[in-house]
Amino acid sequence: MSLQAAPHPERAEPANKPAEPVLAVENLQTYFYTRTGLVKAVDGVSFALARAATLAIVGESGCGKSVTALSLMRLVADPPGRIVGGAIRLDGVDLLGVDEAAMRDIRGNQISMVFQEPMTSLNPVMTIGRQISEAVILHQRMSHKAALGRAIEMLQLVGIPEPRQRAKEYPHQLSGGMRQRAMIAMALACNPKVLIADEPTSALDVTIQAQILELIAKLQRELGTAVILITHDLGVVAETAERVIVMYAGRKVEEAAVGELFARPLHPYTRGLMNSIPRLALMRREAGAAAQRLQEIPGIVPALSNLPQACTFAPRCAFADDTCRGRFPPYQEKRPDHWAACWHSERITERANG
Amino acid sequence: MVDTATPAAVVPKREAPACQMGSSQTPVLESPVLEAPLLEVSGLTKHFPVRKGLLRRIQGHVYAVDGVSFTIGAGETLGLVGESGCGKTTVGRTVMRLIEPTAGTIRLVGQDVTRLGKSEFRPYRRQLQIIFQDPFSSLNPRKRAGDIVGEPLKIHEALSRGERHERVAALFERVGLRRAQMDNFPHQFSGGQRQRIGVARALALNPKLIIGDEPVSALDVSIQAQVINLLMDLQRDMKLSYLFISHNLAVVEHISHRIAVMYLGRIVEYTDKVTLFTRPLHPYTEALLAAVPVPDPAIKRVKRVVQGDVPSPLKPPPGCRFHTRCPYAEARCKAEVPALREVERGHHVACHLR
Repeated sequence: MSLQAAPHPERAEPANKPAEPVLAVENLQTYFYTRTGLVKAVDGVSFALARAATLAIVGESGCGKSVTALSLMRLVADPPGRIVGGAIRLDGVDLLGVDEAAMRDIRGNQISMVFQEPMTSLNPVMTIGRQISEAVILHQRMSHKAALGRAIEMLQLVGIPEPRQRAKEYPHQLSGGMRQRAMIAMALACNPKVLIADEPTSALDVTIQAQILELIAKLQRELGTAVILITHDLGVVAETAERVIVMYAGRKVEEAAVGELFARPLHPYTRGLMNSIPRLALMRREAGAAAQRLQEIPGIVPALSNLPQACTFAPRCAFADDTCRGRFPPYQEKRPDHWAACWHSERITERANG
Repeated sequence: MVDTATPAAVVPKREAPACQMGSSQTPVLESPVLEAPLLEVSGLTKHFPVRKGLLRRIQGHVYAVDGVSFTIGAGETLGLVGESGCGKTTVGRTVMRLIEPTAGTIRLVGQDVTRLGKSEFRPYRRQLQIIFQDPFSSLNPRKRAGDIVGEPLKIHEALSRGERHERVAALFERVGLRRAQMDNFPHQFSGGQRQRIGVARALALNPKLIIGDEPVSALDVSIQAQVINLLMDLQRDMKLSYLFISHNLAVVEHISHRIAVMYLGRIVEYTDKVTLFTRPLHPYTEALLAAVPVPDPAIKRVKRVVQGDVPSPLKPPPGCRFHTRCPYAEARCKAEVPALREVERGHHVACHLR
């Protein structure tokens, strides 16, 4: 399968973006060795992240998006999981080639992560200020006092009122939105090159979600951090990302710039996802469209053990034929800078337009 | 128990749903029925006492629901939206009388059921059913799916084992599960299928009103569409009413006829869905609509993100409860509680400024 998963050649980048990506992932393979068999959670995923850009990875539960994130941080629990192949180059350094001590220097310093549920990822018996300064003391060799100052500065930056007071408080004393702000402050305290946000707003209310997304965008502009946003929410993707990867059953099925992807989805799974969500038609003044029936994607996401050597979406796809059920579709550039793994993407586009 | 319907009549066969793009369908935008409401809730209030210390004295109250009134007609869906902690779940459970209200009345088909004793309430309870959010924790893992669905029948109806089996089998087919799956245990089903079991259980007694407490929030988007379509088909075929509780405005827009927006225990706006999404009047509704991410990158909205957090329901702010976050708040908003007024036909708003 290395054949299909071979990294695609470097794209011609628009002139305003530096050509050299800050993070380049090549043919990443993360497998889990479980009692029930081999689970290929991430199977040959490649992508490049430009400096200060936002890349969204979209997919449903079990598609491998979170395992991809954990692999980038080298946080996959071993056993049962293991990164069995590929390369993760952060500014030219292959993270899979360095030893654990060197990785500890990089993790939280040059590449850091914000998780979905802030309450479970913060230490409940440590003050917010100490948790943030811990990373700074470790990575930047600051004194405790200077590090606490940095922590307060970060809390201020992420918009927490009375940061000096809040730094002395424990996670349970903060609201959900404030905790997520504190998590972001912690992740950005060492000014990393790459921030991975794994469903950063999925546990939050919409008004708070809007605040957090705005905060991430603002900090990104100010600090020049590149962001990988992992989410299942196509609305969040449309509003925050520049480039989108759609994953299904451990593989990349489509990748394009956000406008192109929403305007012309080439993979039937992407198309299905877009048609299965209610469109907020009334709010967008599209009266009449509101009464339309939602389009279902029949069936369920397949189990990742024993996937066939064929298109993994074929059992749920209306376009599937014997080719789809027999061979895995190659991942190809179907339109300029628009990649998809589907045998029939031309036919699908035709039908959608016709 | 009065039950004259035969199983076949009780559970209409699922037909291939015709595409309903045309205008021949009942106008979805209006409430289908305007006669005596099926459910009439007025002044519903629930304050949970907070006890502390050695003597467990009451130290204060959580003002979860404070004077909520609404009606639901036959065959109608009322969407109840709001952020976490606004009291929407408490409203649902109080209507079911799973929680006893502190004050207010609940009328079911004209009959006040608020103070009925357990056995007097029983004939009414079978007309009210609930579907929970989490399809993993709301099904007993040790029971077979068929027994879970058949349990309400066992309690409320004197049927032979064979009759009950037939009824359950018909219910399984109605919600899109296979008869053969009746003997399986919950863990053998996917999330979407489990939610179908929950729907079948709720349908078992031919209820008039189903309360859906975030019934699709835990599901993946492609599966979410399946369950939403199922609920809407059932409504059309069986003339069911729904109280649909959700934080997801897109889903609520799709499924509801009328919508009530809650903030900190009170309804702030209450109207039909077209009015709510095209001409929202309450500043909180505006803020909510502005915060929903729209899955279309072609739309660039000027975002006015509402600042701050939802205050604690332990100490709700005086006057209008939204005044701490409201961009238009005046002195009066801090002192006087705005009443829910009908500002135009069928459009109720609780705001001094509208």
